[in-house]
Amino acid sequence: MNSVRNILAIAGKELRSYFASPIAYVIIGLFALLFSRFFYAYLMVFVQRSSGMMGMGGGANNINQEMIRYVLMNSAVIILFVMPMITMRTYSEEKRSGTIELLLTSPLTDLEIIVGKFLGAMGLYCAMLAVTVAYMGILFFYGNPEWRPVVAGYLGLVLLGGCFISVGLLISSLTKNQIVAGVITFAVFLMLWIINWSADQSGPTMRAVLNHLSIIDHFDDFARGIIDTKHVVYYLSFITFGLFLTAKSVDSERWRG
Amino acid sequence: MIEVEHITKRYGRVTAVDDVSFRVERGEILGFLGPNGAGKTTTMRILTGYMPPTDGRATVAGYDVFTHPVDAKRRTGYLPEMPPLYPDMTVREYLDFVARIKGVPPKEQKDRVTTVMKRTHIDDVAAKHCSKLSKGYRQRVGLAQALIHNPEVLILDEPTAGLDPKQIIETRDLIRGLAGDHTIVLSTHILPEVAQTCHRVVIIAKGRVVAVDTPEGLKARLQGAETLYVQVDAMGAQAAPVLQAIPGVTRVTVSDHRTGVDGFEIESARGTDIRREIARAVVNSGWGLLELRPMGMSLEEIFLQVTTEEGAAAPAAAPEAPDAVQPETPGGVQ
Repeated sequence: MNSVRNILAIAGKELRSYFASPIAYVIIGLFALLFSRFFYAYLMVFVQRSSGMMGMGGGANNINQEMIRYVLMNSAVIILFVMPMITMRTYSEEKRSGTIELLLTSPLTDLEIIVGKFLGAMGLYCAMLAVTVAYMGILFFYGNPEWRPVVAGYLGLVLLGGCFISVGLLISSLTKNQIVAGVITFAVFLMLWIINWSADQSGPTMRAVLNHLSIIDHFDDFARGIIDTKHVVYYLSFITFGLFLTAKSVDSERWRG
Repeated sequence: MIEVEHITKRYGRVTAVDDVSFRVERGEILGFLGPNGAGKTTTMRILTGYMPPTDGRATVAGYDVFTHPVDAKRRTGYLPEMPPLYPDMTVREYLDFVARIKGVPPKEQKDRVTTVMKRTHIDDVAAKHCSKLSKGYRQRVGLAQALIHNPEVLILDEPTAGLDPKQIIETRDLIRGLAGDHTIVLSTHILPEVAQTCHRVVIIAKGRVVAVDTPEGLKARLQGAETLYVQVDAMGAQAAPVLQAIPGVTRVTVSDHRTGVDGFEIESARGTDIRREIARAVVNSGWGLLELRPMGMSLEEIFLQVTTEEGAAAPAAAPEAPDAVQPETPGGVQ
């Protein structure tokens, strides 16, 4: 009970600090702008193709598989670019300004602080995703897509974002400089994305390992509308591991002073 | 209330705090005095559970800060050297947040915030953002933050730094008023502050405790020797050997040397008064006695003496530069 209260206090503080500064608005605006560009492009392609198919006497295409899937896949990549801006200041700013001293000398456990910060970032991330729900609403208003695959896709995005945030927190906890944190986070995210691009040239074992590590590949099934426990477990364990490493990093910082 | 036992803190090869032990009784104000880099902040950070010691243990309000950190922290209020403010929060939002993470029950939160704002005289800036506050206000918001959960123990790292004289007096009064209900450890490098606010002083230098005493006791103890300042016109003769020869004199130091005027600091055993002997010796030598007065030791001098003693192996034998101590000579001879 007490823990929940502490976690919520930290999460609330994080969320407020995002919205009290221009950060939240810049990030949400930027994301909405990029998202709308992809949304529009894929919608146009879909409309053209569908009318072409109907002209040839075929039925309408499946909008879930032909459009929403690609829009969601592309959002995952946009998120990869936007997310470092959300996480880069979480720890580094507190270290730079000395407020970390307040947190670490308050009756809180490291885990409560970390989970609170994680949830705060998740809150902003979900606000960012909420904007895109409006675009999806347009599809539902004028067409009749299946809603279940869309929900699965969003679940995938939330889990994927959670992974990014846990890595971002870890990197932010390693430095006082938020720019450094941001750049490194971005580089790591990119690595996690493209790590399997050369997988085809490597041996079968290596290929399997690399494919498994590629964080965005696991999102593929979600975008298709499939919730596979394999991927859910992958994402959840990724998040747990990231938060665990962050806890270790904060603790070791304490010993080193 | 606070027990520190043989605490050592090393950063890599650097030893910041070396085998520090002291106790603070309930309701007491302990002053932590030392030059910059002496290990004051490190010791305080260990006491507040911000970092663990390399060796030794510390207990606050009966809880080991390392094995029971949450229990100890719940009973400790801490004002770090740099007040830990969130620039984008207003003062009230900030104190609300701190109250929440310090475990103030939700029902009492509003009352506590109002009370500490009154107590630290910051109610007029309640709606201001922390980033817009002056140094004095930042310091006081920091103090309010430390008081918010009404902790038994208060650890204040330079609470009056950056305040103007009026605010310093107010803050000192506030701290004095808090003693009794609270046990307070405060660090400072401003010496009069210690004499005015603290019941006991721990002097720390290069990570070691060099003295623990009341401010008065410290003065008395360090004045093991009576020191007199003597100014003579020796008519060109060497006055030091003559003064040294006076019975009871333990040490003569040249403190002033100008043509026609020689100033000496003469030490004798405690409790002896050799002013008559000195006067007689000077007059008998046919010199002019320009000045003769006992020298009191200020806290500054005590502080300097105690903190440098550690470095110089034999302070009594260490030769002093002729103008190391410049006593103010009233009226100006010549």
